[in-house]
Amino acid sequence: MTYLPNILFIAALATAIVVFAKKVGRIRKNIGLGKDTDRSDRPSDRLQNMLRVAFGQSKMQARPVAGVLHFIVYVSFLIINIEVLEIIVDGIFGTHRVFAPFLGSAYVPIISAFEVLAVLTVVAVLIFWWRRNVSKLDRFHKPEMKGWAFTDANNILYIELVLMFAFLNMNALEANFADAHHSFLISQYIAPLWSGASEWGLHFGERLFWWVHILGIFAFLNYLPYSKHFHIILAFPNTYYANLEAKGRFENNAAVTKEVALMMDPSADPFAAPAPDADAPIERFGAKDANDLSWANLLNAYTCTECGRCTSECPANLTGKKLSPRKIMMDTRDRIEEIGQNIATNGSFLDDGKSLLGDYITNEELWACTSCNACVQACPVDIDPLNIIMKLRNFATMEESSAPGALNAMMTNVENNGAPWPFNQMDRANWINE
Amino acid sequence: MTTFQVPTLAQMTAEGKAPEVLFWVGCAGSFDDRAKKITKAMAKILHHTGISFAVLGTEEGCTGDPAKRAGNEFLFQMQAMMNIQVLNGYEVKHIVTTCPHCFNTLKNEYPELGGNYHVEHHSQFLNRLLNEGRLKIEGGSFKGKKITFHDPCYLGRANDEYEAPRALLEKLDVSLKEMRRCKKNGLCCGAGGAQMFKDAEKGTAEINHVRADEAMETGAEIVVAGCPFCNTMLTDGVKNREKEAQVQVLDLAEMIALAEDL
Ligand code: SF4
Ligand code: SF4
Repeated sequence: MTYLPNILFIAALATAIVVFAKKVGRIRKNIGLGKDTDRSDRPSDRLQNMLRVAFGQSKMQARPVAGVLHFIVYVSFLIINIEVLEIIVDGIFGTHRVFAPFLGSAYVPIISAFEVLAVLTVVAVLIFWWRRNVSKLDRFHKPEMKGWAFTDANNILYIELVLMFAFLNMNALEANFADAHHSFLISQYIAPLWSGASEWGLHFGERLFWWVHILGIFAFLNYLPYSKHFHIILAFPNTYYANLEAKGRFENNAAVTKEVALMMDPSADPFAAPAPDADAPIERFGAKDANDLSWANLLNAYTCTECGRCTSECPANLTGKKLSPRKIMMDTRDRIEEIGQNIATNGSFLDDGKSLLGDYITNEELWACTSCNACVQACPVDIDPLNIIMKLRNFATMEESSAPGALNAMMTNVENNGAPWPFNQMDRANWINE
Repeated sequence: MTTFQVPTLAQMTAEGKAPEVLFWVGCAGSFDDRAKKITKAMAKILHHTGISFAVLGTEEGCTGDPAKRAGNEFLFQMQAMMNIQVLNGYEVKHIVTTCPHCFNTLKNEYPELGGNYHVEHHSQFLNRLLNEGRLKIEGGSFKGKKITFHDPCYLGRANDEYEAPRALLEKLDVSLKEMRRCKKNGLCCGAGGAQMFKDAEKGTAEINHVRADEAMETGAEIVVAGCPFCNTMLTDGVKNREKEAQVQVLDLAEMIALAEDL
């Protein structure tokens, strides 16, 4: 009977980990549906980028208010994890505050520091909630933020509050114990609130909050993969595998390079081309669906925090166009989830007649982009919505010929006159004598 | 009419000479009436410094930037291969261009296709000449003039060059007023990604009007651009607000040519 709490705890812990690992495995698999792209170069630059952008949150600080508040929540998350470790050890072995003897006189200041962080987190979370729900910051209320996206963002804030509340009150209750050993900086002021309770009630309450706190954390862990909050994990690989090239450099399609080289080679015999391999899947130019994108694009999609910094800097969105780079990322994630689900249900992908371009992202959005890179610059976790946009355009133009008419005319000019306007190539140097 | 010779690379090669730098004029610079003025200003500066330069003339073709940004990778690579054949045929090593789109494409997207050159935007090139003492500018005519600089996306964010144009402007003794959105956060003029060649999608405003407003909010008398497309977009924006009598839109090269009375 005395081991019942330990057993219950171990069962909860194991369930939390197994369920989480399974879901993460699914996401990994979905990301793996993307096309290969080489991001194995420059490992030390990549590591540095990850440390700077994900760990150091360098790009968050472009907006100081959100930057500082987020930093508080982030630091408190990292540090309070140390305390969670103690709870887990306590839970498994039925100990109480197992780290206290090891840390000696440092234990009280350390837990007190955690408490300060917890209070700061509560303040930050309340401000975040205010910005979202009361002052209604524009970027949190774009069309793509309706429904789940909006609920999700608030859920995270509520969970944080519950966790911090449980943590502080657990300590406050214990401070009232007849044999209390510790008194911590913040909870000692909450303690009087519980001073009227009986000794049994205090112990029961302390245990209750202990369980709420840790079960809350387990639930939170398993909520992550369904939430934009998954970025707390994926921000790290995502910044590691970020594009390190100049932002203006768009990748050259290697399949096209081969064809162009053949066409330009005067010695190539067009009829001597090897018979097409009947088994080889026909390679699409560009991307029509989410699995035509690269795994890096898909990793981007799962990492997106839906913060909307990209959208709030996007010149198209700022001037009322439908394009929103955040929506590009959310659509990509929703679609690859759908494809993954489809494969899981049917064994292999069963054509559902849908695609990323068309059913999720419209031509109107696609063609409003100026390729200005403002979204890429703004993203605090190095996501590149522009790369997806360009791949979709590749498909629209090369496979569907669905580019806007004016652009087709421009391209015809380039093809015929070597300039986007209908001028004669031979007049190119006329400016010299004009 | 330029009062001096602008040699083509073909002519120079025929004379057995090789220029120090190839001036890549670009499509806008060759054909667009407004942009041609920028081209001429740049040619004047090059001539003034005594640097041996040449243009490709009729052998130059679109870099393929607008085709690539419009999704036509095939057409882009065709253009690239044709240009690379010409450039490599002349053994070109060093290119300067007044167009950030040409600059970006030549610099970043050609190497993989076999075109390796040292490519500079004219702001970088001129700034280097200044630092090397090969170009001297006297502030004079622009002293204290209130100006603002619009960062072209393909020079700024795309290639992280924010300082060269500002260093040049500093030499002109102007009073530079930055826009609220500048450098890394600069707002696009609305022309990139092949938008120049089509109408904008339905919205509540035109990007170039918004940007021109931001430029004029600084109180600048001159809005300086470093891109022929930005130039056109901002000029239209200023005109749309009927401010063309008070506010001029000029390229960096034009500023220097004017300051030097070239
Ligand atoms: S690159 Fe396109 S999507 Fe991104 S901010 Fe610029 S216009 Fe918007
Ligand atoms: S792409 Fe980046 S900036 Fe845009 S919403 Fe997602 S995390 Fe935020």
